Amino acid sequence: MADITSLEDAISGLIRDGDTVAMEGFTHLIPFAAGHQVIRSGKKGLTAIRLTPDLIYDQLIGMNCVGKLIFSWGGNPGVGSLHRFRDAVQQGWPAPLKIEEHSHADLANAYVAGASGLPFAVLRGYAGCDLPKVNPVIKKITCPFTGEELSAVPSLRPDVTVIHAQQADRQGNIMIWGITGVQKEAVLAAKRVIVTVEEVIDEFDARANAVLLPHWVIDAVCLEPGGSYPSYAMGYYERENDFYKSWDSISRDREVFKAWMRRHVLNTNNFFEFTRSVSAAKNKEDLHG
Amino acid sequence: MAEGGWSSDEMMTVAAARMLKNGAVCFVGIGLPSAAANLARATHAPDVVLIYESGTIGAKPYVLPLSIGDGELAETADIVVSTPEIFRYWLQGGRVDIGFLGAAQLDRFCNLNTTVIGDYAGPKVRLPGAGGAPEIATSAGEVLVVLRQSQRTFVDELSFVTSAGHGSGGNWRAETGLPGMGPTAVITDIGILRPDAESRELILTEIHPGFTVADAKKSTGWPLQVAEFCVETLPPSAAELTSLRELNKRSAHAHVGY
Repeated sequence: MADITSLEDAISGLIRDGDTVAMEGFTHLIPFAAGHQVIRSGKKGLTAIRLTPDLIYDQLIGMNCVGKLIFSWGGNPGVGSLHRFRDAVQQGWPAPLKIEEHSHADLANAYVAGASGLPFAVLRGYAGCDLPKVNPVIKKITCPFTGEELSAVPSLRPDVTVIHAQQADRQGNIMIWGITGVQKEAVLAAKRVIVTVEEVIDEFDARANAVLLPHWVIDAVCLEPGGSYPSYAMGYYERENDFYKSWDSISRDREVFKAWMRRHVLNTNNFFEFTRSVSAAKNKEDLHG
Repeated sequence: MAEGGWSSDEMMTVAAARMLKNGAVCFVGIGLPSAAANLARATHAPDVVLIYESGTIGAKPYVLPLSIGDGELAETADIVVSTPEIFRYWLQGGRVDIGFLGAAQLDRFCNLNTTVIGDYAGPKVRLPGAGGAPEIATSAGEVLVVLRQSQRTFVDELSFVTSAGHGSGGNWRAETGLPGMGPTAVITDIGILRPDAESRELILTEIHPGFTVADAKKSTGWPLQVAEFCVETLPPSAAELTSLRELNKRSAHAHVGY
């Protein structure tokens, strides 16, 4: 049963140090508000799963919340590298980061298996690819019917999945549209679920096959308008591509990064204050400060 | 800017766009492949079906997307499906004619690296990783690769194989049981390379105007083989150049920085 609650309470009550946490959203609906609250609450030693770590995990890694990363594409989309992720892998800063690396198809299948209550997923892939040499959980399996050699990977069962969606109703049912990535599978694979939403409304205007998640698979629903900024929420606001571009210089240097995180995330109480802090800096053309 | 009034990057994108037949179903990577695929759609191939790994099928972006999941792609797509569905039903299910990929590095058999330069455990350069590429390389009917050619990108030996091209060459793909044909062409800023029918080693088959075979050899990290009849690429037409520049101009305008 979903409680409609504050994000602060949801994060402190549902995520524990050392948990395996999936914060999903494929370019669209990335749960930045929740990511920031994880940083503010000082969570440590998380195993963080995400197909595309994006800026949200760059921030979590740079703030030393993550001990291990399970991922399939670690870049700043359309811009270049994730500098905090790279620094952690190449230089061990702020702490050594264990990585478990897959492909998108593999992780997507692994969430499906998790949501389906199966121990592993099967896919056609990885032949001639070096990933199985560096990731021992990618195994070969022979089809019992045709003899074809395929790849098997363990299912993903996060302790906690966190997503951002457009709408909840007053019972805590969730509606989400546009690019929906792996969110449905990541929610149904998880033991506990936190959903932040743009809006809480009385009744959905939904066709029968819209993507709905019922309140009884969700533990906490938190109203966080703008909560996926600088990614986007279809129907609400667009992706701020400029923020992704400026992140390149904010994140490149350790001290600049730390100062930025202190000023805009640690020294603000919530995401609303964060967005005000960033837009005030932007108006002064001082986004890096 | 070359003699004819276009840049080598423009020649590369135009040459890559020409490879797409009208109506082809094309799984597109972000960056150079996306630019070429959208140029094709704006010129000779208005009915090309563009699929992006964010689950957008039949996307018709007016500006080039900055990310693989820009709102523009979802808003203009025929259908939007989940990530598991795009990889399971559409790609692995055999619905994709052409996979259009970029890479950081490739070798003579067109195996691709987008993972690390140097040792995996202690890399010299950590690259973004696999994304959707390994399965695109496995399951697409054929694969086109577009990247700038240099000693740094065309290497004798890859640090890491992220996506299989023709493996160790010859009949490797068939023997390994991979469903797709694998790479059929590599389009660069210098020319076009295609795998030899038997050895599957990349050979230079076209050279862009303004470049020589010696330029191509100098920009390749292995002794590059040249086709017996290596022809000069047809220069970009006025229509191709106009379409490409308009596309780039409105994309730059849409993604303008601070």
